[in-house]
Amino acid sequence: MLKYVIRRLLQMIPVIIGATFILFCLVFALPGDPTAGRCGERPCPPAYVAAFRAEYHLDQPLLAQYGIYMSKLLRGDLGVNFYGNTVISELAIRYPVTIRLALIAVLVEIFVGISAGVVAGVCKGRFVDYLILVSSLVVISIPIFVIGSLAQLVFGMKLGWFPVTAGDGSWGQLVLPGFVLGALSVAYVARLTRANLIDNQHADYVRTAKAKGLSSFRIVTIHTLRNSLIPVITFIGYDFGALMGGAIVTERIFNINGIGNFIFRSISQRDGVSVVGAVTCLVLVYLLANLLVDLLYGVLDPRISHD
Amino acid sequence: MRRITPLVALSISGVMLLAACGQDVAAPSDSSSSSAGTATSAGPAKDGGTITVRGCTAQNPLIPSDTNEVCGGNVLDAVTAKLVHYNSDTAAPELDVAQSIETTDNQHFTVKLNPGYKFSDGTEVKAKNFVDGWNWAAYGPNAQQNAYFFEPIAGYTDVQCGDADCKVKPKAKTMSGLKVVDDHTFTISTSEKVSNLKVRLGYTAFAPLPDSFLANPTDKKWEKFPIGAGPFTISQNTATQIVLKKNPNYSGKVKPHVDEVDYKIYNDAGPAYNDVVANNLDVSDLIPTDQLTNDQWKNDLPNRWGIRQSGVTQTITASSKDKQLANQDLIKALSMDIDRATITKQIFAGSRTPADGWVSPVVDGYKKGQCGQWCTYDKTKAKAMYDKAGGYKGTLTIAVNGDGDHKAWSQAVCNGWKNDLGLNCQLKVAPDFKTLRDQVTKRELMGFFRTGWQMDYPSIENFLTPLYATGASSNDGDYSNKAFDAKLQQAAAAPDDAQANKLYQEAEALLAQDMPAIPLWTVSTPYAWSTKVTNVKLTPFGTIDLTAISVK
Repeated sequence: MLKYVIRRLLQMIPVIIGATFILFCLVFALPGDPTAGRCGERPCPPAYVAAFRAEYHLDQPLLAQYGIYMSKLLRGDLGVNFYGNTVISELAIRYPVTIRLALIAVLVEIFVGISAGVVAGVCKGRFVDYLILVSSLVVISIPIFVIGSLAQLVFGMKLGWFPVTAGDGSWGQLVLPGFVLGALSVAYVARLTRANLIDNQHADYVRTAKAKGLSSFRIVTIHTLRNSLIPVITFIGYDFGALMGGAIVTERIFNINGIGNFIFRSISQRDGVSVVGAVTCLVLVYLLANLLVDLLYGVLDPRISHD
Repeated sequence: MRRITPLVALSISGVMLLAACGQDVAAPSDSSSSSAGTATSAGPAKDGGTITVRGCTAQNPLIPSDTNEVCGGNVLDAVTAKLVHYNSDTAAPELDVAQSIETTDNQHFTVKLNPGYKFSDGTEVKAKNFVDGWNWAAYGPNAQQNAYFFEPIAGYTDVQCGDADCKVKPKAKTMSGLKVVDDHTFTISTSEKVSNLKVRLGYTAFAPLPDSFLANPTDKKWEKFPIGAGPFTISQNTATQIVLKKNPNYSGKVKPHVDEVDYKIYNDAGPAYNDVVANNLDVSDLIPTDQLTNDQWKNDLPNRWGIRQSGVTQTITASSKDKQLANQDLIKALSMDIDRATITKQIFAGSRTPADGWVSPVVDGYKKGQCGQWCTYDKTKAKAMYDKAGGYKGTLTIAVNGDGDHKAWSQAVCNGWKNDLGLNCQLKVAPDFKTLRDQVTKRELMGFFRTGWQMDYPSIENFLTPLYATGASSNDGDYSNKAFDAKLQQAAAAPDDAQANKLYQEAEALLAQDMPAIPLWTVSTPYAWSTKVTNVKLTPFGTIDLTAISVK
């Protein structure tokens, strides 16, 4: 187990180096000078441009820039962005917000999604099942910006149950955006759970459990559900990784100062330092989330071994 | 002195490059120049209280000479006091830190300061705070974005770097045109005659810098917490909000009513608007375009909306590389075939006014109908003139940036030309404002491209010289006319404002002959407020007047 974890952690090193290099090339090879448009529709004074380029090493070849960047990165320094703030401090402000939002969304997925899936699976072919199937189909087919704007209008502005925007990023403010963000995945989780549960109900061990005289509640919760959750966990783990990358649409609708908004702004400002720094962090988070998911497999299904 | 993208401000990119000019102005009791959903209540305004205002992320360090976009500029303006400030209704310059600014020849000025005017750190504003501050800002190696504002001052070229990388250091450290006479007097000499220097001095770049800054200009703390002599100070500056508190040492006349202004940072217009509707935000000067159509916002916000004409003009400029467009009659025909009235009504829902010249109506010196028949829609005359001019061969393009709301109107203009004149017209959409500006600056485009201008200081001159004088920094169409340049020079040397304005108007009339850019419309800024506040208005710069507003 430990060996497996160490091996996986070591595998991350080349992935990160490769990812940062590709990123770096992509971001800094983008057309558009970061100083163009910075002074409005008037070209910036040459002295300003020269100072700006020197400060961010833009006057050097790409490989040299990458070298400077990596040597800083190894020392844990993600550089200073075009707004004059260190990228680390920018990320430190935004990551807690994004994590809070992602946690709420994942909790919603787990509780609402899995319960709905179980109910639908157990009541297969009955009214509740169809209700859940149809409503999840509806949710899947509506784009998130519609759900978000609608929720904001109804629950925030008309009914006043929730804050309209979440500029401070506190737990209370993030509940509504969290539900919106989780909504789409709830539908997937419910369908996945249902399908797997129905499959497993015909498995041998379920028949054995029934023969042993276990109550059907116990069979579903302890035996069937546990075995049905493996694909669901994979999905949720993947989703959590994706959510950690920030939910650009939701964050913009609710004015949440999270990673998604930050990356979006940085890209549109040609703020390459911020983009590379933020995305490098994302790669890391994603890799760790995947590792966690793989480890969870072993817990759910002892047949899967990591030794 | 910069061109802008008013519509980019509405766009998702959040690039807000509107100018950041004066707003620290007293509240006259009536506001006549704006139309609003409610009559602002008369009677004494209540003092005290906190208001929240939509803000955005400042792009540059908050140094007066290094910020020229609206996000940081709004904050800096509330924090700094200048020699003059602009009346928030008429945009007329009024003395603020200066007791008097005198000249006999428009070239040598004597500035006397009000004694006892204090910075927020308690030190007095003295002549050297202006002279040393301006010298620091203009000095090439300090690489300040707004350095060019000091260009008229004698000796400006001597403090500039010898080459682009600044390897050749400037000849002098200070400009010869600035001299301290005593603590409260200094003189300015300009290299050429400048009749409207007084108006220019209200721009943020001319704010005095305190001794603490001049002693240590690289202090990182300053970039977030600048010190000025304005009505407010910055007490908090984070990624999500900027908090302004009343300056306890404020010595000027334009005292604010509220104790605290919280700029809440919004990345988009939509959430800010929704927060105003739900009374979670007190003022927003950014209304999403989809709310403007069909007057949706007026229904959402009964008696809580206003619209203010601001000093912004929109034009399209013909590329100097496109030889076919050197034909002025062709340009005139195309201009005549733009249905400005319909476009401003249907696409912009009244937030634009058809332009009748190159100058915004909000400034002193504006003259009606300068563009005359060329800006009046007449498709039969346009067609006749177009045919006579020989037409345009090939496909005519209009380049716009895709991150503002520019596609609808440019498509309308293009379609009009196609239908009425029978030419081939196509849009060329640059992904964002930066890319468009890059292409314009490098002169890569053919056909027309979108241009816009937000005034820096309220003067007719600001709409002419930086844009159309030969070799001027924002002369994107490379217009050059000796007669026009000569008129500008005469106007700059005119002994009084009335004469200067007359000469500037004559210069503008020359533009109607040559059509270096086709005027489209002038911009009005819609804004909205919560039920908590009263007497909300915008300045002619389209910024929120923080000193007039009060809590109910």
